[in-house]
Amino acid sequence: MKTEDLVSSLSTSVEAVDLRLPSRRWLLALAGGALIAFLLTAGLLKLNPMLWHEISKPMFWVRESYCAVLGALGFVAVVRLARPGSQLGVAPTGIAIAVIAMWVFAAATLAAASPQNRARLILGDTASVCPFLIALVATPVLIALLWVMRSLAPTRLRWAGAASGFTAGSIGALVYTVHCPELAAPFFAIWYLLGMLIPTAIGAWLGPRLLRW
Amino acid sequence: MGWLVGQLHGGQAPSGDDTNSPSSAQYQKVQMQLIEEHLRGLILQSLAGDAAAYRIFLDELMTHLRSYLRRRLSGLPDELEDLVQELLLAVHNKRHTYDPKQPLTAWVQAIARYKLVDLLRRRSRGDVLTDPLDEDDQVFATTANDAAEAQYDVAKLLRGLPDRQRLPILYVKIEGASVTDTAVRTGMSKSAVKVGIHRGLKALADRIRSIG
Repeated sequence: MKTEDLVSSLSTSVEAVDLRLPSRRWLLALAGGALIAFLLTAGLLKLNPMLWHEISKPMFWVRESYCAVLGALGFVAVVRLARPGSQLGVAPTGIAIAVIAMWVFAAATLAAASPQNRARLILGDTASVCPFLIALVATPVLIALLWVMRSLAPTRLRWAGAASGFTAGSIGALVYTVHCPELAAPFFAIWYLLGMLIPTAIGAWLGPRLLRW
Repeated sequence: MGWLVGQLHGGQAPSGDDTNSPSSAQYQKVQMQLIEEHLRGLILQSLAGDAAAYRIFLDELMTHLRSYLRRRLSGLPDELEDLVQELLLAVHNKRHTYDPKQPLTAWVQAIARYKLVDLLRRRSRGDVLTDPLDEDDQVFATTANDAAEAQYDVAKLLRGLPDRQRLPILYVKIEGASVTDTAVRTGMSKSAVKVGIHRGLKALADRIRSIG
């Protein structure tokens, strides 16, 4: 086929394109992924029986905001990585600042605690399962985000996969808080972050395999 | 001439020695800007469903892509036309990912680079690459030599346009006046000002291409 003929055939039957389509798909993926993640948490892991009581504690909201801020920043990066030629902007810096801020907060909490309490602040009761459960809860969100990413045009596939994984991990962690009984900063700073990094690594591995176009 | 280039690039005062003719780099920037505005206007019309605009857009894109790929794939003339077609198809199939707030040239550049790297990886052959891919090489860069560029600065290009195109471009695009003010200053209607800008930029782009 001659290139000029291709141009003719592409342009003859062109229809108006809805430029809000990518945003709608992203929101649908986020909402759908988070809903399934919630059902998974509530059905498989059960809600924390103390949840209503803990809502009144400031640390509960520190934990929620930490996950929500990381999820939002990750999502900004995801949306941009799906468009050819977009700049990443402030998202990576923002994520680094949020993570470091939580480490500083965790270090201050540990420094203020008596030495015999420190191990408990770090490990809580659930450190050995927390990262894996977060990764499990994040899975439906990761699948949904990669699905939408495939319909768009990422050009840095490994980064696009990693950002999808990190966003899924953060949203998974946010959903997981309805089950998780831990409210100590050192615990989130370590185990929540690890939980987010598992889907990030999976996403980085899947990116070049699933997202080619 | 320096003031003109300055106006187009953030309004910085020109340095003393480029008041007579812009440097090659500045010239290329102005040229890029003209191509950007022209193609961006076309794709926005195309995305709204205008088939005629889309045809012009693809046609012009084809020319840019061909000369870009000719530089990149000089050892493989057979691959060239295939890849031009693949790129046009990619742009077509992924046109819903263009964000109107983003430069069109950056969007196309990223797609072209992605597809080219993909081709080179698929072939996994060293001889495909005539020289390493670097960030400086761009789809919309010109191949004109410096001497030719120096002769054709923006003022000269603009001088070649009829007043009904030259004045709207000068006032709106270079001085930054509004369409309404320009209509008052030139005694033209607002739509005539817009049409003048559009046709003038297209004529400039054609002229620049014939130089390149």
